[in-house]
Amino acid sequence: MSLAERVLDGDIRAAARLMRDIDDRFKSAVEELKTLYPHTGNAYIIGITGPPGAGKSTLVDQIVAAYRKRDLLVGVVAIDPTSPFSGGAILGDRIRMNRHADDAGVFIRSLATRGALGGLSRSTMDVANVMDAMGMDVIVIETVGVGQDEVDIVSTAHTTVVVMVPGLGDDIQAIKAGILEIGDVFVVNKADRDGAERTARELTTMLEMKHPDDDGWFPRVMKTEGSRGVGIEELVEEFDAHRTYLKESGALQRLIEERNAKVFADTLRDELFDSVMSAISANGTYQEILTGLRDRSTDPYSAVQKVMAGSAFT
Amino acid sequence: MAERRVRVLVGKPGLDGHDRGAKIIARAFRDAGFEVIYTGLHQTPEQIVSAAIQEDVDCVALSILSGAHNTLLPAVKEILVEKGAADIVLMAGGVIPEDDIPGLKKAGIAEVFTPGTSTETIVGWVRDNITPHA
Repeated sequence: MSLAERVLDGDIRAAARLMRDIDDRFKSAVEELKTLYPHTGNAYIIGITGPPGAGKSTLVDQIVAAYRKRDLLVGVVAIDPTSPFSGGAILGDRIRMNRHADDAGVFIRSLATRGALGGLSRSTMDVANVMDAMGMDVIVIETVGVGQDEVDIVSTAHTTVVVMVPGLGDDIQAIKAGILEIGDVFVVNKADRDGAERTARELTTMLEMKHPDDDGWFPRVMKTEGSRGVGIEELVEEFDAHRTYLKESGALQRLIEERNAKVFADTLRDELFDSVMSAISANGTYQEILTGLRDRSTDPYSAVQKVMAGSAFT
Repeated sequence: MAERRVRVLVGKPGLDGHDRGAKIIARAFRDAGFEVIYTGLHQTPEQIVSAAIQEDVDCVALSILSGAHNTLLPAVKEILVEKGAADIVLMAGGVIPEDDIPGLKKAGIAEVFTPGTSTETIVGWVRDNITPHA
């Protein structure tokens, strides 16, 4: 039986292995994903993003518990950074959520960014697809701790949650572009701390300045204390509201279409790059280009144009 | 064919609350280019094995200072076997008397490191003995 067939059969080890094949970019994983694709598209995907130390993992732990209370199956994809020097990583998100490890209704997978800069790993969407095919009702994706500009989660999740904490900056931070524009739901976590009220107010003011979307969703600012589970039920109800809104307004269809287009474009880009790069490496052109660049007899722009002129697509 | 990255779970089973050693090992593994899944303190053998399977690790490295190694380590091994994951290598380190080591090895713990072992030795052992799953 292929890995994909075993995944559909409920084999946990096969699912875990396939996720690794995907992450390690094994060619065989593509074939398995083809088999799984018709079985995807059912899970509700929630993205959790925010700065390091905002309490994302603890919040994910509580969200998992809340959905388990409703008897839903939950998958978690948790992303932590890869060392740019050694290529190694310490994936520590599980520390906060490992109490769910031996619950058969929960599957948690940690991924390292492996050089990707948008807050996710390249494999995130495909790993989520495997969980979707496993029959997970809800998939929670936790990004790396982000700064201001890592917004890939938006094109991956149905509902994007931006987690903030008190004391990270004044209201000018709140009107800048970037992650504060992408939230469908905002959370001020550690709400027992000084300044929580003010942070929530500044976020609300920022959101009120925004022109209402044509599709009519207005992001709310929720307050939580992840470590004590305060505000979690309200938060999950807000997810329900957003999910209902997505379905009823037709925004869901738009989201799915944008995502399909992005997955296609990303896959095409990767495949084209890999095939051109391996062809020019194999026939020596790549070495010639590097030599040319070294003695400045060519420039990167002409070199690329020359390679493209020799390909079948131009 | 793409290359496998070594994945190791580092965790602490049972009731001891000292994780300095586990963190140092996790850091050394990171610097060696491994992906380390750190599960933290107070893990039951069941939680450790489930996490190891979900994360598809090649190796489980447990730190144990509580004196309960003769119970907890074989328990982890047994559950690994039970869950069809006997291929995941189990190693341990901590305050473990020399006299207990032969018994632990017999129970299927691949290697046991005692206080004073350098991180280079431990990383070297992983490089020599762990082949990432094909």
